[in-house]
Amino acid sequence: MTVLAVTEHRRGDLRDVSFEIVTAGRELADELGTDLSLAVIGGDVDGFADELNRDGVDTIYTIAEGEEFNHGIYMQTIEQLHAELDPTALLLPNTVNGLDYAPAVAGRLGLPIVTDVIGLEDGGVVEVIREQYGGKVETTYDIDAEQYALTIRPTEWPMAEEAGDAAIEAFEVDIDEDAIGTTVNGFEEVSGGDVDITEADVLVSVGRGIDEEENLPLVEALADALGATLSSSRPIVDNGWLPQNRQVGQSGKVVTPDVYIAIGISGAVQHVAGMKGSDTIIAINTDPNAPIFDIADYGIVDDLFEVVPEIIEAFGGEAPDV
Amino acid sequence: MKILVTVKEVAEVDDEFEIDGLDIAESSLEYDLNEWDDYAIEEAVQTSEAHDDVEVVTVTVGPERAEETIRMALAKGADRAIRIWDDALEEAQFLDIETKAALIAAVAEEEQPDLVLSGVQAGDDSNGATGVALAEAIGFEWAAVVNELELDADSGVAAVHRELEGGIEELTDVELPAVLTIQTGINEPRYASLRGIRQAQRKPLEARDLSEIGLDADIVDSSIERTSMYEPESESDATVWEGSAEETAAELAAFLRDKGVVEG
Ligand SMILES: Cc1cc2nc3c(=O)[nH]c(=O)nc-3n(C[C@H](O)[C@H](O)[C@H](O)COP(=O)(O)OP(=O)(O)OC[C@H]3O[C@@H](n4cnc5c(N)ncnc54)[C@H](O)[C@@H]3O)c2cc1C
Ligand SMILES: Nc1ncnc2c1ncn2[C@@H]1O[C@H](COP(=O)(O)O)[C@@H](O)[C@H]1O
Repeated sequence: MTVLAVTEHRRGDLRDVSFEIVTAGRELADELGTDLSLAVIGGDVDGFADELNRDGVDTIYTIAEGEEFNHGIYMQTIEQLHAELDPTALLLPNTVNGLDYAPAVAGRLGLPIVTDVIGLEDGGVVEVIREQYGGKVETTYDIDAEQYALTIRPTEWPMAEEAGDAAIEAFEVDIDEDAIGTTVNGFEEVSGGDVDITEADVLVSVGRGIDEEENLPLVEALADALGATLSSSRPIVDNGWLPQNRQVGQSGKVVTPDVYIAIGISGAVQHVAGMKGSDTIIAINTDPNAPIFDIADYGIVDDLFEVVPEIIEAFGGEAPDV
Repeated sequence: MKILVTVKEVAEVDDEFEIDGLDIAESSLEYDLNEWDDYAIEEAVQTSEAHDDVEVVTVTVGPERAEETIRMALAKGADRAIRIWDDALEEAQFLDIETKAALIAAVAEEEQPDLVLSGVQAGDDSNGATGVALAEAIGFEWAAVVNELELDADSGVAAVHRELEGGIEELTDVELPAVLTIQTGINEPRYASLRGIRQAQRKPLEARDLSEIGLDADIVDSSIERTSMYEPESESDATVWEGSAEETAAELAAFLRDKGVVEG
């Protein structure tokens, strides 16, 4: 009996979630009283296996197929490994690539799947916790099945640190090339721009609460008054109101300023991924239940259009009419 | 060419809300078109405008209430819509990923689209999974989190950018037919024009129950059961400054000065 966890790497490096999934996997394996097996698919599998040899891992299966992620190869490999190991739980990362195969692999193997899991427990049947409605509530689910698949939210579990003594085994798979319908041709980095928000000591960050592009001068004036840099959540960039290089979050920049002032930002997990390492987080939001307050150090529950002009004036600036 | 777009009506929660049993109280919810699906609709409509003979069909699993949202999709340029609902779905505790994929798959089998556009995630459930699960259910290729799409129908390939974490995009060719999950920012969704809204009233919107799409009530059976919903205990020890805007702003200003932030 085993828990099987699949790791993730990109362009030569294991991603942090690979070590977090070891912790989550060990936790579940302990509850179930089973082994923990890892799969490393593609790239420098031997080097990756050495790195992943952390305390609590029983066996690491290396599958030397392909350099980078390709979901066709991952699908076939996991199918064959699953048939071989017959694991109780299949744990996969809830990342962009994880979500590019997890729902399909679960479908193909006939496994019930719950995604974006933030907590798990076994009491006869496995109980998982996830968020809903933009993080405003949590829900628990029981999965009453002999075998199931879960995707694990990144950064919810600590990375496994201690060295381990797992057995490392090369696993041979038969890849049917005809069944691979996607070709990865390369990568592109979203480039440059006018400002490097990762360098700023103070960030004034604006979200959808600003409502209209015409209102942006208000937060620009605040940034000016504080000598701060302006950044934003994703919808502001999606709308074309600020350039891409101002976006904080999972698909934008990771920032760690001394002070991060989130204005009209709800605190979605993909946003928080980019700013939770900030030294001091201040949130201004009309909704006292907005998830941003869970990670804020200071908060003001009020209308930004009331508060921001006052701050500008307290710093000797002049608030524009918006 | 036919493009099928999956369109969900999502629930948005009021600032003040109540939980009623295993879900948020109906009175605390408002409904809207899922943000990600708005971009998927736009991508489909732009494709139909750029090429001859492209039909855009939407599919929604949802109650009658969802028709308002579906009309919005029609007003933005979709040609017709299919809505699946049934007493068995109404009574189900919730619809898991497998069930939703199977329901939409039944429609896809009938419609035989060349391309399915789905959203990366639903704003309320955030499973981030339905599109890829659907692809597997109907034997299509797929790509998740697409933020650029170039369709070459003649060679049967969609050249896409997949948005990975950290500002990196993966450049991938996907064989058609395929399901693509569309990311926000890929285009600029239009507002429905008055003319569009008027036209939408006359476009076909067909409601189907399970038997009409060839499925039984047991499609809702699930080994996954929701057991509780609650407001997470805030781990935060945030200091919330209270008072008028002038007072809270003064607190914040004093704090910032204390931190060494001075007039810029
Ligand atoms: C794969 C993927 C990657 C993503 N990557 C990113 C990313 O890199 N960065 C990112 O930010 N998001 C990202 N997102 C999107 C993310 O899920 C959220 O949709 C987004 O962060 C929401 O932005 P927001 O907080 O500005 O808007 P909303 O969630 O709409 O929040 C607006 C907030 O403003 C408040 N508000 C409204 N009016 C006022 C007012 N007058 N005064 C004060 N407050 C007010 C509201 O109470 C609300 O809390 C990603 C999503 C996916 C699926
Ligand atoms: N009830 C539904 N009806 C139609 N499409 C849906 C439904 N639920 C989910 N989808 C589609 O699947 C995408 C991802 O949803 P989810 O996997 O629930 O996060 C959404 O953006 C929709 O395009």
